Amino acid sequence: MSKYTPKSSELKKEFEEKPTILKGDYLDKEWWDIPVEFRDGNWCFPAKPEVVENLGFPNPRKWTATDSDWKLPVGWEKTISEGLKSRLKKYRSLKLFLDSCVRCGACADKCHFFLGTGDPKNMPVVRAELLRSVYRHDFPLVEKILTGFSGSRKLSAEIIKEWHMYFNQCTECRRCSVFCPFGIDTAEITMLARELLNLIGVNNNWILEPVSNCNRTGNHLGIEPHTFVQNIESLAEDIEDLTGVKVEPTFNRKGAEVLFITPSGDVFGDPGVYTMMGYLLLFHHIGLDYTISTYASEGGNFGMFTSNDMMKKLNAKMYHEAKRLGVKWILGGECGHMWRVVHQYMDTMNGPADFLEMPVSPITGTRFTNAASTKMVHIAEFTADLIYHKKLKLDPKRNDHLRTTFHDSCNIARGMGMFDEPRYVLQQVCNTFHEMPDNTIREQTFCCGSGSGLNTEEYMEIRMRGGLPRANAVKHVKEKHQVNSLVTICAIDRASLPTLMNYWVPGVSVYGLHELVGNALVMQGEKKRTEDLRENPMAGFTKGDDDEE
Amino acid sequence: MVSVLAFIPYVGVHYAGLGYLFGVVLPYLAMAVLLGGFLFRMVDWLRRPVPFCIPTTCGQEKSLDWIQQDKLESPSSFLYAAARVLTEVLFFRSLFRNTKAKMHKGPTLAYGSSKWLWLGGLGFHWSLLVIVLRHSRFFLVMVPDSLQLLDEADRFFDITLPAFYLTDALVLATVTFLVLRRLRDSKMQVISLPADFFPLFLIIAIIIAGISMRYVTKVDVMPVKALMLNLVNFGFEPPGEIGTLFYVHLFLVCMLAIYFPFSKLMHSGAIFLSPTRNQCNNSRAKRHSNPWNSAIKFRTYSEYEDDYREKMKKAKLPVDKQ
Repeated sequence: MSKYTPKSSELKKEFEEKPTILKGDYLDKEWWDIPVEFRDGNWCFPAKPEVVENLGFPNPRKWTATDSDWKLPVGWEKTISEGLKSRLKKYRSLKLFLDSCVRCGACADKCHFFLGTGDPKNMPVVRAELLRSVYRHDFPLVEKILTGFSGSRKLSAEIIKEWHMYFNQCTECRRCSVFCPFGIDTAEITMLARELLNLIGVNNNWILEPVSNCNRTGNHLGIEPHTFVQNIESLAEDIEDLTGVKVEPTFNRKGAEVLFITPSGDVFGDPGVYTMMGYLLLFHHIGLDYTISTYASEGGNFGMFTSNDMMKKLNAKMYHEAKRLGVKWILGGECGHMWRVVHQYMDTMNGPADFLEMPVSPITGTRFTNAASTKMVHIAEFTADLIYHKKLKLDPKRNDHLRTTFHDSCNIARGMGMFDEPRYVLQQVCNTFHEMPDNTIREQTFCCGSGSGLNTEEYMEIRMRGGLPRANAVKHVKEKHQVNSLVTICAIDRASLPTLMNYWVPGVSVYGLHELVGNALVMQGEKKRTEDLRENPMAGFTKGDDDEE
Repeated sequence: MVSVLAFIPYVGVHYAGLGYLFGVVLPYLAMAVLLGGFLFRMVDWLRRPVPFCIPTTCGQEKSLDWIQQDKLESPSSFLYAAARVLTEVLFFRSLFRNTKAKMHKGPTLAYGSSKWLWLGGLGFHWSLLVIVLRHSRFFLVMVPDSLQLLDEADRFFDITLPAFYLTDALVLATVTFLVLRRLRDSKMQVISLPADFFPLFLIIAIIIAGISMRYVTKVDVMPVKALMLNLVNFGFEPPGEIGTLFYVHLFLVCMLAIYFPFSKLMHSGAIFLSPTRNQCNNSRAKRHSNPWNSAIKFRTYSEYEDDYREKMKKAKLPVDKQ
């Protein structure tokens, strides 16, 4: 465990001793008088100067959050003030959300970071007030006169530090927005606040480096084309070793029917690679005419955590490549924020995709009319349709060693509304499935605590705290139903939840949905299966035993 | 602050004889500010674009035919989106979901249902609406049957003289609850600003003045109705003999009206416009256009291939240019 991770016994003790949700005594204190303290484990490394330069972003320099002087550029106050002004003109959402909050407090205990830290500034209402207080000072006339009355304050370097801290303790998960009577969406405020911070070079390396890589090589990890191909081919070899079936994915192939795009974490990260193996098996099973691009080799989009323009710039590659390859439609892999971008932003930003056709499943003939305009289908929708039409030969017994529960990813849940397709698929490919408690799933799902570009080592304390509500719900089903597998359809979840589970709920492993599909698929010409895609023994499928099927 | 405000008309009318100012000039001014201000704020919001389709999806989207869509929480047509907003306005649907988180030993988090805020908020807002509607008997020569009925229903518990209004009690109880929760809950203490208490106190003062007029000092309503009818007909007749308490009531109402467009009370208009609630979740089926969709330069495939051509060829990847 790294130096950025507090001992879990210490954190447990903290929660035992101070069981109130809000920690500390604020009776005679205003929230804006509480100082901002950076310490190991609660701040992300700032972007390296060369990364900032590479992107053409302002103010590349060496600095850290613990410095007293952040070397902000000359005239930064004006940059922020004008940046805010121009965004208020461009986004009705921002203006409305800054104007209409009544501070009813319904959102307060809905944020996983608040539940895990007890820090008053992590109540979504206060997070928004961090920006609102400055906005009130600069904009509406009357409230400007009544400073103390309306809680307004003048922008200062200290406030920039506070923004940096708390707009990076928000994973843009939108849970608060579900409970807000006005639908105020803190994700929207955080996105625009991070945009403002980037204007003066207050940034996060774990976000900007992937952005820079993605721009250059096509994916967050900076994998060059030949390595990208090699890695998928080595996964194909693993599949052959395990199943005896040779899957043959193609790359950058013109004239394929479908372009498949998934987060690069599925190609390189453990346990994402097993999900990738699941996709490859599925496509082979149904004989899908598809290709994978090395240029548009990233489903994820860290531009979303940077600025709207950057989100658009990185996302543009998807349609650009689909057009060049002449595919009919695009199929997207399991990812959270990727699907927020694809579902709610892509068509608006980079469409219309009139060079593509209405997505039709070549196997079942189902027309995906819900994707009539973007021409991009989610793999869970695609697979659910295949299973519903009985086009897959599945043996759910092969997942009998897994007792599963399903983690709804924030963006898929609250930025897309896909709940039932993945559950349907999961329940068709495995025999044991238990839901976590009602207030922790579906639209009320809790974030993994590491979303929106915060999945970095040096941020471990905040991540483990923010992930507590999710981990707690998993613990509940582990104790009640002996659940040992947390299934999810998000690459950031796959990367971050294993750490979280190890920390709070040891004994629970994290799986992608299509990894379980891959386990259950009975492939034509396969050899006798005794191990799952992770080479773990499957229950009831011992070597030499002939009772399969 | 509110008591100082209440004192102004008392002194003004009782000692300085400024009945005309407080009874005619100020109400006109207040109404002008309220209507003009409200309209300005709404237009100011509406003229800003909604660049993206960003509904918060709180239910299953429309997808495959055999998957049950949650039409209200993930609407795909205008009608359902409108219903979503309206149920929000009329029944505070999102607030109904409210839970309260508690930390137990373990540590174990538990989320209990917490409907008090919903109940209090709903009771408060509906009572206010009924009270405002009831007041229309002062503004209309002939009171329509529907309002007459509402008035009678509100007097259902005929226990005092004049008959006691249910909503008077309800609004007092709920507004007290709304104040107390801001004072008693430690989270609410942190987030509450003076601007949150001010309108509550102002409303309490208005209610107390109103109730006292009706049940205690028993202000003669005939000159009040005459004044109000005069006002709604844009007349400038000076008011007749009316008790000072009425002026306090009226003045505080005027203050509330003037304060309204500049304050968080504008949430009453904003709730209709919230893009996370009033948009359809159909952004993949139907393109949402952004009027300022910024022009950006992205890295094209050919630039990419130029950089990696040799490596791509070695990996047997097809290339566009040799």
